[in-house]
Parts: sequence; C-alpha cells; structure tokens
Amino acid sequence: MSPILTISGLHKSFGELEVLKGIDLTMQQGDVVSLIGSSGSGKTTLLRCVNLLEDFEKGSIELAGQKIGYREDGAGQRRRLPEREVARQRSMTGMAFQQFNLFPHMTAIRNVMLGLIKTKNMPKDEAREVAQKWLERVGMAARSDHYPGQLSGGQQQRVAIARAIAMNPQIMLFDEVTSALDPELVAEVLAVVRDLAVEGMTMLLVTHEMRFARDVSTKVVFMHQGRIHEEGTPDEIFGAPKTERLQGFLANSEI
Amino acid sequence: MNYDFNFDVIWRNWELLAQGLGLGLFLAIVSIAIGCLIGLLAAFGMLSRHKILRWIAGGYVSAIRNTPILVLILFCYFALPQLGIALDKISSFIFTLSIYAGAYLAEVFRSGLVALPKGLREAGLAIGLTEFKIKTNIIIPVMFRNVLPSLSNNFISLFKDTSLAAAIAVPDLTFYARKINVESFRVIETWMVASMIYVVACYVIAWLLRRLEQRLAVPR
Amino acid sequence: MNLLDGLGDTILISVSSVVLGTILGVFVGLAMTYGQRWLRFIVRLYIDFLRGTPVFVLILACFYVLSVVGVDLTAFQAGVLALTLFCSSHVGEIVRGALSAIAVGQTEAAKSIGLTFMQTFVYVLLPQALRQILPTWVNTATEIVKASTLLSIIGVVELLLATQQVIARTYLSLEFYLFAGFVYFLLNFVIEQAGRAVERRISIP
Repeated sequence: MSPILTISGLHKSFGELEVLKGIDLTMQQGDVVSLIGSSGSGKTTLLRCVNLLEDFEKGSIELAGQKIGYREDGAGQRRRLPEREVARQRSMTGMAFQQFNLFPHMTAIRNVMLGLIKTKNMPKDEAREVAQKWLERVGMAARSDHYPGQLSGGQQQRVAIARAIAMNPQIMLFDEVTSALDPELVAEVLAVVRDLAVEGMTMLLVTHEMRFARDVSTKVVFMHQGRIHEEGTPDEIFGAPKTERLQGFLANSEI
Repeated sequence: MNYDFNFDVIWRNWELLAQGLGLGLFLAIVSIAIGCLIGLLAAFGMLSRHKILRWIAGGYVSAIRNTPILVLILFCYFALPQLGIALDKISSFIFTLSIYAGAYLAEVFRSGLVALPKGLREAGLAIGLTEFKIKTNIIIPVMFRNVLPSLSNNFISLFKDTSLAAAIAVPDLTFYARKINVESFRVIETWMVASMIYVVACYVIAWLLRRLEQRLAVPR
Repeated sequence: MNLLDGLGDTILISVSSVVLGTILGVFVGLAMTYGQRWLRFIVRLYIDFLRGTPVFVLILACFYVLSVVGVDLTAFQAGVLALTLFCSSHVGEIVRGALSAIAVGQTEAAKSIGLTFMQTFVYVLLPQALRQILPTWVNTATEIVKASTLLSIIGVVELLLATQQVIARTYLSLEFYLFAGFVYFLLNFVIEQAGRAVERRISIP
C-alpha cells in the first residue's frame, strides 16, 4: 500500500533560527500519529508545513502521491506553486486550530458550508445537508444556527473540527485542539477526535494530552530541537522510552 | 509640464509665514486651554444627577459637534454683534475655537471620567475629603493623565483648524499663503511650502506631545 | 429658491466626495496592509501628507494649483477632489486598522479550507472589517459634510455661501446663520442615526 503522507528531509527556518532540521515521516491510510515534545521542538511548525501555512526551504511533502507546495521548473529550480494550486492542495488536508478560528460573522452551519460552496463548488442545498450531517456527528446539530460568540469553547472547537472534516480531507491535522479550553470542556472535544480515529480517519496531531495520545495513536513521534528524537508505538514510547531525553520529558508530563 | 520652479518669493516672505505659523500656534494653545475648562464643566454636566444640567451640557456638545466650524466662526464674527457681543477678529476666533474645542473635549473627558474606577471616589470619601476636593485632587488629575493621548490629537486638529482664521482675515499661515499666492502667482511653490509647513508642524507637535505624555504618564 | 439649491449642492458635494473617497481609501488601506514595503512607504507618505494638511489648505491648493499645471477644473470639481483626497486618507487609515485588527487565525482557517486570497478577503476579512469600520466611517461622512462648507470660500454656492448671499440681501445674519447651522446639524443627525440603525442590524451576536 502506498503511503498517504510522505515527508522527507524537511528543513524550515525562521530567519536565522532553524526550527526543523530534516524531518522524515511516513503515514499510511488510517494511521493516527501523535507528535509530542516540549514547546519549541517544532511540532506545530511541522503540522503547519503539511498544511502549507508555512513555507519550507528544503525537502518535500508528498500527499496522496502528489508533491505539494512546490515544483521544480525546467532548470531544476524549486518554485512555489501558484496560489490557486496551493489553495486546492490545502483543501486536501483539514486543520483544526488551537484557537478554533471560527468565522465570527457566520453561524455554525455557515462556517461549515463556506469551504464546501467556495472550494468544492457544491450547490448551496447540498452543502447545507453535508454541513448538517457533520454538525450532527460532532454533536452540534442543535446549535447549527448559533454564532460562534454564542457557543462555549468546546462547542466552537467541535464546529471547527466539523468545518475541516466536511471538506473530506485525505488527512486531518489537529494542532493542540484542547490547549485553549477550560479543563471541563476538554473531554467533549477529545471524544470527537477519538470517534474520528476509531472510524479510520488518517490523523496527525500535536497534543499535550499524553494519556489521549497513548490511547488513540498508532504511532507516537517525540520531537526535540527540530528533529525526530524517538518514534514508535504508544507502548514503546510510553512504556519503554529508550532515550534519556524522552524519559525526562515523560517524567515531567502528566500521564 | 513646463513650469519653472522659483521659491525666491517664498524665502523673501518667510518672516510672514513664520508669523502666521506662530499666530496659529498661539490661537490653538489659548483655545485648548479655555476649551479644557469648558470641556470639564460640560463633562461633569453630562454626568450630573440633575436632568437639566445633563440636558444643557448634552445639547451644547451635540449642537457644536454637528455644526461646521466655519459656520460657527462666521456666526460669532458677523451675527453675534447683532446681539451686542462685538469682538475683534482674533478674540472672536479664539472665542469660537474655544467653544468648539470644549464640545470635543467634553466628550473626551466624559469617557475618561466614566472609565475611572469607582474606588477612587470612595477612597477619597474614606479619608474624609469633600466631593469637590475629591474632584479637584483625585478625579481630574487621574483622568487628565489617562486622556492625554486624545488631548494631543485634539490639539493637533485644533491647530489645523486655525487655518480657518483666514476666512475672517486673521493673519495666520493660510492667510499669508493666499496673499503671497495672489501677489506673486508662484502658485505651486506657495501651496507646496504652506502645506509642508503644516505637515512638519503637525509632526513636531505630535512628537513633542508624545514626549510630554511619557513624562506625565502614571508609572505602571 | 437659493437656499434649497445650496442644500442640494452641499448634499451632492458630500455624497460624491464620500463615495469617491471611500473607494480610493479602500485601495489605500489595502496597499497599507498587503502592499510591498516600498508601496506601503509611499502610501504612508500620502496619508501623512493629507492628514497633516488642513482641509482648507488642501481645498485652496487643489483650486489654485491644478489650473496652473493645466488641469482645468471648476471650483466645484476642485473642491470635490480635495474632499475626496481628504476622505481617502481617513478611510485608508480606518481600513488598515480594521484589517490588521482581525486575528491571523482567521486568514489561516480560511486558507486551510482551501480558499484563495481573494475568497478569503471577500468572504472572511471584508465582512468583519466592514462591521468594525462602520462607526468611524459614519463619523468621517459627517466630517465631510462639515468640511463641504469650506468650498464656499472658493466660490462654490453650497448651503453656506447661499446663506451668505441671502444675508447680503436681507441683513438678517443672526437668523440665517442659525438656520444654516441647524440644517447642518440635522443632516449630520440623520447620518448618525442611519449609521446606528445599520450598525444594530449587522452586529454579530
């Protein structure tokens, strides 16, 4: 089976500071990969590169057999793809953000419908049906006509997840989706993510919820200073960490 | 465009322009000083317990803010004498500009007062100050520092409004610019220089006021 | 009747300056927000120059200077041009402020569902910016109505000059200046109330 996501030799700098120093990562259909590591280790940047929200200088990302973000011209020069093409490739990935980023001037269902109508060119009625279906899946059907300002953080995050997944992406990216939530709202969002994992959605997630990562992941990747420091099954990573660095990190995390 | 730039006539008249600029600054400073007093009274009026006071102060503020300043200037200079209030050009202009500034500053002070924590007044009462002393010793000084940035902006737009003094032949910068324009026909040069003087003056004033704000700001 | 014609001109001047100035100002604001560094620099100079110059000087400059460089405009047109430039500098500043106040996350979320820059701007940024701009924009419109009186000095017979002409015939300066002031008050009052009504309608729950 050919992999759905192949990251090879990925380098990324912010000015002088190199945040990703050569990342290689492969994911198969249905994989759930958790990225863990202390802040500044580059996990979020890696996620954002996959969604082309960040440029990267070296290496490549292949999504469903297609190189994304850049192409090589006749002279072998690396060039950024035109914006329209980048936009199309982005819609093959779905992203849920730490801060939800719902559009405040649209109701929940409109938030979900926007991408369907504008990028998938779906007729309005069909988009409404699809959106309603996904809102139901995340348990937000009853609130579909509410504006983000009228919803709790957990509810907003569930709508945001519905918005991303309604686009029918090849892979879902979750960027610390529970970090901005009050503790009592974390569970409802994690339940939604867990359901998606169980149903076989391919997912790459950055998380600080170690217990959750251990439960849902097929693979856990520990990043440190822009490199993959250790990777393995949840049991290997959490049960028998090999490197001292990972042992130290886990000792300082709540499990 | 075949136009020979010639700034000679401007340089020959720099003294006039400087005088005009000086007069404009003087008018703005006097007016904002008087305007602050009017504005304070009006602000307290708007927040008063008495309906009549609120009504009078509110009416003054919204009437002045919604009337073009040129109409006010002409009214004070040409119409007020009919009521027996005859002022010379400069006094009349200062009168108008002060009333005008007062209305804008009243709004600034009002929101400044509303934003003050309630505890200030209560703390004053607790140490036995009278309402009046609380206002003069605590409320107004604290509020004043908080609204300094808006005060600066108001001063700059007031300074620009002094250009309208030319409408009743008060010899400010704009007045002299028009005079030089008409007498010399160096049209482009005149207006280039005149507007540059205003722009630079505004920059300098803004810079000075920002420094002043920093010095007066309550340390946090 | 003279005064009614004057009022008509005042409204015409104000409406055309606000409409043209807003269109120009939106581009100014866009250039300030998304432009290259050199473009932002030029636009910054444009805004600072227009905001540092008194409107009255701007009107006189447009009126006198343009005829010298061979652009023949009527006093009316020169005045509208000056007010348009003035309006555009204000609107430009407002638009820039509103756009930069929208969280970066909004753009990223729009991108992540595959919207292009244009789509992001039209469906996500603009609707939010407009709501934020409205109160200040209404304020700018009333400023323009008030500034339109300055056109009387270059001989445009708008409401104020029409009033002055009536006063020259009747010597009733007190009555007619009060009347003119009242009409301006009314105009601005209507604009403000209309603005508030729209604001209430489009506010986000």
